[in-house]
Amino acid sequence: MESSSAKLKVLVFSTDKISDPAIDLAGLLKKHYPAGVYTISVPCSSAIKPRWIIHALQRGFDGVFIAADGTDCPYGELCVPNTANLVAATQIKMEKLGIAPQRLKMAAICSICAEPFVRYMNSFLHDLDTI
Amino acid sequence: MKKRIGVYVCHCGGNISDVVNVSEVVTAVKDMEGVAIAKNTLFACSDAAQNEIVNDITSLHLDALVIASCSPKLHLHTFRAVAERAGLNSYNYVQVNIREQCSWAHSYEKVSATGKAIQLVKSGIERVIFSRAMEPFSIPAEQSVMVLGAGIGGMRSAISLANVGLQVYLLEREFFIGGRTAQWGDLSAAYENGPEVVSRLFKQIREHANIHLFIGAELISQSGNIGSFEVKVKIKPRRISGDCDESGFNQAISICPVEVPDDFNFGLTSRKAIYQHYPSEYPAIPAIDDANCNFCGACESLCKSIDLNQKEEILNLKVGNIIVNTGFDPYEPTRGEFGYNEIERVLTLPQFKRLVDISGAGKLNFKGKQIHTITYIFCVGSRQGEEGENQYCSRYCCTTALNTAIIVKRKFADITNIHCTRGIRTYGKQELIYEESSRQGDIFLEFSFENMPVVEERNGKVFVRIKDILTANREMEAETDLVVLITGMVPRRNNNIAQMLKIPTGRDHFFNEIHAKLRPVETVIDGVLIAGTCQGPKNIMETLNSSMAAAAKSAASLSSGTIHLEPIVADVNTDQCTGCGICLTVCPFDAIVTAGPEDKPAVSIVISRCKGCGMCLPVCPEDAIELYGFTNEEMEGMIDGLTSY
Repeated sequence: MESSSAKLKVLVFSTDKISDPAIDLAGLLKKHYPAGVYTISVPCSSAIKPRWIIHALQRGFDGVFIAADGTDCPYGELCVPNTANLVAATQIKMEKLGIAPQRLKMAAICSICAEPFVRYMNSFLHDLDTI
Repeated sequence: MKKRIGVYVCHCGGNISDVVNVSEVVTAVKDMEGVAIAKNTLFACSDAAQNEIVNDITSLHLDALVIASCSPKLHLHTFRAVAERAGLNSYNYVQVNIREQCSWAHSYEKVSATGKAIQLVKSGIERVIFSRAMEPFSIPAEQSVMVLGAGIGGMRSAISLANVGLQVYLLEREFFIGGRTAQWGDLSAAYENGPEVVSRLFKQIREHANIHLFIGAELISQSGNIGSFEVKVKIKPRRISGDCDESGFNQAISICPVEVPDDFNFGLTSRKAIYQHYPSEYPAIPAIDDANCNFCGACESLCKSIDLNQKEEILNLKVGNIIVNTGFDPYEPTRGEFGYNEIERVLTLPQFKRLVDISGAGKLNFKGKQIHTITYIFCVGSRQGEEGENQYCSRYCCTTALNTAIIVKRKFADITNIHCTRGIRTYGKQELIYEESSRQGDIFLEFSFENMPVVEERNGKVFVRIKDILTANREMEAETDLVVLITGMVPRRNNNIAQMLKIPTGRDHFFNEIHAKLRPVETVIDGVLIAGTCQGPKNIMETLNSSMAAAAKSAASLSSGTIHLEPIVADVNTDQCTGCGICLTVCPFDAIVTAGPEDKPAVSIVISRCKGCGMCLPVCPEDAIELYGFTNEEMEGMIDGLTSY
């Protein structure tokens, strides 16, 4: 029987040089994750606007996952605090709009982190199912 | 807004269409607003399909293009070139990834995967509607390349790059160059041995003004991008500076009290903490192995060139590309695997090759006994069956084993070779070696994966038992003087390069190229190339071919002196901007400056400094900054496409 989390939709913001290759690698290695996971790639995880995240949640996504560059960011070390700041700012806005902040999650995914990505997706969908 | 969009959905042979119903995807999007034509295609990257798309763009006056196929990492530039050939700006093209991120990731969920593909294509269409025409930026490219690994592949890459005028920094982690090839004796399909090939390449390197060789050198950090990598290199102290007469070195080696197994001979012999593997080795001076040296100082008193206080050095270099050519390790059987490490007359192929090379002609002796019968067990550590084991063929081992069997029979008297194989794979001209081995009277038996040979020691004698497929599964047992396990290749141990350069590894744990046929030496990290056996098992010829391919690819990207970068830069809407300056605090490149009159302060972007990271976007309280290619319209359009029904 299909679990309820299988019907959930998650938008992943990946990064062109770091986490998107890892998501490609997961496919290449046939490491399966739920088909409700969609990806939009951006240059750097600290470039994601809160309005895009909120737009996604308001349009029907159950959760948004930022597959962040972390310390591997080719644009420098400011990426880590800047991404953390945008997540915190977005979660405050989400709360004001009545959206559970847990629907936004962030983790650093490096270009070879195919397996961690799949693990994060499974656990995030599981968590979303309980909200 | 684009109003005449061409949409093409690729089958990728069956890579996509075996899972995704491509026709259903085309049907779902063909009537979307702005779509002028939607088609499916067997291979969008084929010449025929490309020509068809060019014809459609011109004849139907298309103003934007969406191709749903593989990852943009593979074919973005291919399809941008298609757009350009038809007179369409290449940034009015959007590639949708329905292979790596759809059909391959959800291969057991055909219905869901088809639904996801439809949403992804709709999202791509929504994005391309708002796309704008742009031209790429150009930046100066460093005219230098770093090559990691001075085995024969790395040396070949270095020579090829230097010959086209590029500066090459060739790094070798060990104290001697030549890699694995220096360890091999007579090579198959060649009239040279390993050290001779190494000497020939080293002579060219030494004479080339463009090549800077660093030995005992390791990459410890890197930053930057294609065209301009900043790298830090640590050079370990060799503890020997300048020349010392040969007798001085020899005395220093003989007085050294430390004796350790010699890695060069795979533990068959021992060496001192101050050592040189063979007399003609490069560089032609010994090195001191810090891991084993007790720093007693005995050698220092005999040779004035020995300096135990020598310190490590750090170099900072700037290079345009990095080629990784760090080689392989031989598979190390587990204890007891075919008697390895339990029965002393069981060796691996690399150990046996060293034994053959260091033994004088006439009689082959091992552990005090003359060897007459040698039994070879093939595919040890390769073509294994279980998930997590080495399921790949190591390609070089059948040929090397048979070549060694031929050499053994020529060099030593009274030898019988028995080959227990899983089917011989001496492909191409290497079949001649198989033929020669057969003609010289070698015995060939064949076992299956289900019935592996058994190696046993009884009463001081070694026996190999095999169920031979070639004689209707007859069980046979041979008494043998030596068992040689034909071990394959595995990725280098202790190789932190993958982590540092972020090179993906495949299911075999070797470094992964973007595409084995279409982009065989490129990685997903622009400017980082791979070659040789670090990307998978290869023989010497294949290693040299890929090393020259990496050199050619690297030279092609740097030789014009400029690298073309995406024209993705930030743009400020000065009407909305209040000049608060928050964005200035987050920009890592000082690419934002204050501008505008006193009564209407604003910021502006210094295009030459902006790298397109977008860090300034989310901090603007007025939402006055956009990134070309990632505007609110495009991003929210994509999200709408993913959630539309």
